[in-house]
Amino acid sequence: MAPSSKLSQGIKKASRSHAYHRRGLWAIKAKHGGAFPKAEKPAAVAEPKYYPADDVKPRKASTRKPKPTKLRSSISPGTVLIVLAGRFMGKRVVFLKQLKSGLLLVTGPFKINGVPIRRVNQTYVIATSTKVDISGVNVEKFDDKYFAREKKKKATKTEGELFDTEKEATKDLPQFKKDDQKAVDAELIKAIDAVPDLKTYLGARFSLRDGDKPHEMVF
Amino acid sequence: MVKGRTGQRVRLYVRGTILGYKRSKSNQYETTSLVQIEGVNTKEDVAWYAGKRMAYIYKAKTKSSETRYRCIWGKVTRPHGNSGVVRAKFKSNLPPDSMGRKVRVFMYPSSI
Repeated sequence: MAPSSKLSQGIKKASRSHAYHRRGLWAIKAKHGGAFPKAEKPAAVAEPKYYPADDVKPRKASTRKPKPTKLRSSISPGTVLIVLAGRFMGKRVVFLKQLKSGLLLVTGPFKINGVPIRRVNQTYVIATSTKVDISGVNVEKFDDKYFAREKKKKATKTEGELFDTEKEATKDLPQFKKDDQKAVDAELIKAIDAVPDLKTYLGARFSLRDGDKPHEMVF
Repeated sequence: MVKGRTGQRVRLYVRGTILGYKRSKSNQYETTSLVQIEGVNTKEDVAWYAGKRMAYIYKAKTKSSETRYRCIWGKVTRPHGNSGVVRAKFKSNLPPDSMGRKVRVFMYPSSI
């Protein structure tokens, strides 16, 4: 049987000095210049003045990221869309690309039906099967920031001018936006002219007539 | 109705008739109205219209926001029976005098 370290309960076999030698604390002491290394106590935290009344778990910030809006399979760059609501309802319009916000970038073209480069929501649009060749158009520069509203500068007004607020509301399109419109449309109109009747098609508005059943229509 | 709407009038909604409230013989449930959409005659046809927005438009004596026309918005919820009648819920319950009057069923939210 292996030698046990206990002779009886509470009585160790090795003497105090023998055990000290065996544990090797003298070697550690020698290594550290005579004294046993003391671990540094962490600085005592000052007692907080207030304790919360209830144990409340801190709320974790949500890590949910919304998914990008799925583009309907019937919509691809160059598709002619019918706008269903808003100022341009009924207009047939050419789809350019989907923006990061999920909205669709769309243009009339302006010369054909008066719809400028605009954003439109997918749910307010019917996709037709007609497609326009859009390969010549560069739409890289358009993003959601392009369409952001300009912040109004609040100029301090004199008492007389305070009542002239109505006169400030003119919305002149900046020239660069007009130029962008022309640049995009120039290529598009060439592609549209190549197809017979497409120009008049885009210029005409869609409307329901008597006897029309949208649920049976193929767009 | 919309100021400045000159030129072509386009109809981008389907006409519907308000038939009344959802009801049994002696109880009616005014939160849901029944609507007959023109041209829709079967339960299967109604599937296309599910979720589409509707507007009940009526006139009032006083002007609110420049116009005497007022509107209650709602949407198609589900078919009612087999013959194309539709159940609809509106933002506020339709008034009883809407029965027999027209409602506009729009084509949005669109999924085509």
